[in-house]
This record gives sequence, C-alpha cells and structure tokens, in this order.
Amino acid sequence: MAQETATEKKTNPIVKFLRIPDKYPDEAAYFWGMQCGACDAKFLGARLACGKCGETDKLSEVKFGDEGEIYVFSVVHQTVPGLEAPYVGAIIDLDDGVSIRANVYGLDPEKPDTSWFGKRVKMFTEVTAQDRDGNDVVAAKFRVQE
Amino acid sequence: MRDVAVVGVHMLKFGRYPDKDVVQLASETTIAALKDAGCSINDIELVASGNLYQSNAMIGQRVMKEIGATGIPVINVANACATGSTAFREAYYSVASGAYDTALAVGSEQMGKMGLLGAGGGGDRAYSTEGIMGTGLMPGVFGQAGVEHMRKYGTTQEQIAKIAVKNHEHGVLNPNAQYRKETPLEDVLNARVIAWPNTLYMCCPTGDGASAAVLMSAEKAKKYTSKPVWVAASILTSDPYQERNPTMFDINTVTRNAAKQAYDTAGIGPEDLDMVELHDCFATAELLHYENLGLCADGEAGKLIDDKETYNGGKIPVNVSGGLLSKGHPLGATGVANITEIVWHLREEAGDRQVKGAKTGLAHVIGLGSACTINVLKR
Ligand SMILES: [Zn+2]
Repeated sequence: MAQETATEKKTNPIVKFLRIPDKYPDEAAYFWGMQCGACDAKFLGARLACGKCGETDKLSEVKFGDEGEIYVFSVVHQTVPGLEAPYVGAIIDLDDGVSIRANVYGLDPEKPDTSWFGKRVKMFTEVTAQDRDGNDVVAAKFRVQE
Repeated sequence: MRDVAVVGVHMLKFGRYPDKDVVQLASETTIAALKDAGCSINDIELVASGNLYQSNAMIGQRVMKEIGATGIPVINVANACATGSTAFREAYYSVASGAYDTALAVGSEQMGKMGLLGAGGGGDRAYSTEGIMGTGLMPGVFGQAGVEHMRKYGTTQEQIAKIAVKNHEHGVLNPNAQYRKETPLEDVLNARVIAWPNTLYMCCPTGDGASAAVLMSAEKAKKYTSKPVWVAASILTSDPYQERNPTMFDINTVTRNAAKQAYDTAGIGPEDLDMVELHDCFATAELLHYENLGLCADGEAGKLIDDKETYNGGKIPVNVSGGLLSKGHPLGATGVANITEIVWHLREEAGDRQVKGAKTGLAHVIGLGSACTINVLKR
C-alpha cells in the first residue's frame, strides 16, 4: 500500500443542499435550492424538474436564509448507537419558504412543551464528523433565539 | 372490472421464528390459505408475493418450489409497509380484469430482532444525517406527525396513549397476536419514551410472520365456498405534492385520497363500515387515521378515543385484532394479515373478538415514502 501523495483536506457539507463557501468558516455556510418559475414552488438542493407542477425548464437556483420557526418536533430518546439522546428533532419552516429537518438546541428535551410551536430559531453550523478520507463534514443545526 | 371474492385466508401468528426461514413461513401460510379455500396450488393461476427486507430474493418463486412449482406468473412486490396489501391488490386486479380466474397473495417478513433502527449501513457513516440534522426514522417521524395534531387541535399525549390501551386490550383476545397483555393507561404513560409523544407501548414491535389470501372470480368462487367475501374496492395511492414533503413525510393526504377513492368505488361512506383495521404502527398514527378515513370530523379524533367509540362494541371498532401495536408488524405480512382479519369477522369466525354482525370492513395500510392501500371487503 503506497501512500505517496498527501491529498489536500476538504470541508464537505453533510447534505448537498448545504453549501460551504471556500472561505468557510469566515464566510457562513448556507442552504440553497431551486425555485420553479412556473408555479413558484421551492425545493432544497438541485432538481431535474418541479415536483409540484412538472416544469422542466424554468427552474432557477435560490439561496435560503438562516432563520425560521419550529413547525413541529419530537423528542427522540431511542436512536442509533453513538448518537446523543434525547434530542429535539424538529421540522423548521424557514422564513424563505422551505422546510428543513433539524436538531434544535436551547430547549430542555426532558420537558417537551407545546409552547415550542412557532419558536424562532437560527441556523448554525459545526463539524460533526470526519469522513473516510479525513475531510471535515459540516452539518447545520438550529438554536432557539432569545 | 368483474366481481372478485376472497375465498381462503390464513395468517401465521406473528412473533419470532428463529428456527425457520422466511420461505418456510410464507409456504406454511400459503398451504393453509389454499386449504381454507378448499383448493390446491394447482388451481392457482397467478401469485403475488410481498416481502420487503428480502425483496431481491425471489421469495415468491421459492415458495412455489416449496409447495408446487406450476410455472404460473409470480410477481414479487415491495412497497414499504404496504408491501403485502399491494401484493393483494395485484392479485385482485389480475382476477378483476378477467385475465385470470384465481390468484393468490402472500405476504411474509422475517425481521428478527433487527428493529426499526437496524436499517441503514452502506455509504460513509459521516454523511448520515440521522440525529445530526433531525430525524427520518419512523419513531421520530410519527412522533412529529402526532405533535402536528397537538398543534392543530390541542390533542394531548394522554389521549393518544388511550389508543395503545385499547389495542393492547383488544390483542388479549387474539390468539394470533404477538403480544397479549393489557397495558393500563398509567403503564403506557410511564413507559420509557421512544420518540415523544410515543412511549414504548405506543410503538409497534418488530417480528416475523406471514399471511395469505386466495382470490377468485364470482363464478369460480361459487364452486369453492358458501361464504365468499367480496372485494368492494382495492385502492392504491402515492403521496401528492405537499409543501413540507419529503422533509416531513405526509401520511395524511395519501390516506385521505385513498379513502375518498375507496368509498366512491365501494359506493359507501365511513358510516357504513362495521369495522376498520388501520395502520397503527404508532399510537399517533391511529389518531390521525381516524380523521383521514372519515371515522370522525377533523379535530375530533381525541374525543373519539376519549368516548371509547373505537373499542369493539363502540360506534366504529378499530383494530379489534390488537392492531400493529399488539398483533405485531412483520412488514410484508401486515397488509395481507389485516385483510385476513376482516375476512374472519365477515364470516363470523373471529372467536372471542368477533365484531357482532359485521358485514363491511375496511383494511388500511400506509408505507412511508409513501404508499397507501385501502381494501374494502363486504360479505
Ligand atoms: Zn412548478
């Protein structure tokens, strides 16, 4: 096994709809996707066609903001070995009109409460793992805004 | 389309069968369903076999090699939790279309103790979003779906827990159920949380099992049975566009669309049903499907269970078999087994749990991703 060339380490997003700028972390990572020019539906990430109306040509890329609110949540106690639990697993409605699955911090997982509906949240990113090639993997999470 | 009757059914008690393989389980139930129909594999013109975890393993053909390889068309079906019921629908349409006079549907699964968290593998684990960016596993997904109902209507965890109490109480009377133990309300609420608001007893178990059904044209059925059960509707839908889907799976619209088509096709309304076997993979799911199937008005599912209207003897008995929560949920077997349950009731053969005078029943299954089947059966 020869390991002659040391390849340059990269920073990769955990999902394709999270974009990591070259200057990350000085420049913030952000969610992106496509918007349909025929029916205005928005989607996370790249698409071949509009999943709502079937339009194939009039799709353009859009950048989504990092704020939104909690639509619904669960508190997951039993999960894959090695992961933190319990955690708040929510559906976040971004202000820009798409929804994201997310872990939400700043809430007590032992006291799930219906007052969490509609709470304002803001996205942050962090390195959550190294992949097989040793690259940092960055994920997006959300924190409740005071 | 011509009339189609279910002439024979069987289900193998759901549970753990570590000493058998899934082909044996499927073969046992197939032979028993054929005997129930009073015919043999030589009378069957088409087989649809549902199995999810081994969907690439040609289970249908292997069953035929075990019980009599007659060379007929065999279709292997996979459609998430709706796998067995989709196989049933394939068999139904094969006969309804006039192409075949007899068909057999068999659903089977061997899950062992793998559990719903055992799936996955392959790929670089570093890129798994589970527990990092929310959750896509069933417990969390159905937790969120129930919480959405809480948000819309103020439903409480206690109301949802009552569904688990009911289904476990029903399951005590079903000899084919995996678990036959009552779970009082305080036990359900005090059990460890799996994914809030669902606690352990509000989540279905995993397991092994198999179930089969023999279908025939009306003319053929007359020769084999005096108690045919008619398929009044066999509907399959997929989930239409909804703004949060697939970030948040939409288990409601796919069921509502199927219910509307099923009632229209059968020429009945929900008020005409005597019993319902619906997909209670989690207690929260049953709550939502009360409304999705039109068993009560939107927002009144909590009241329906508060009033015990879905108990056997209530206005509309739901999951008198014990449901998935108590009977078990071997994925590919589930959809055929709940049809089998209804057939037994319509023939007045359901023993201690018999729904008195049942004439019309509805079997509902949803597979996430999503597929929904509804089969309406009449005697
Ligand atoms: Zn469109």
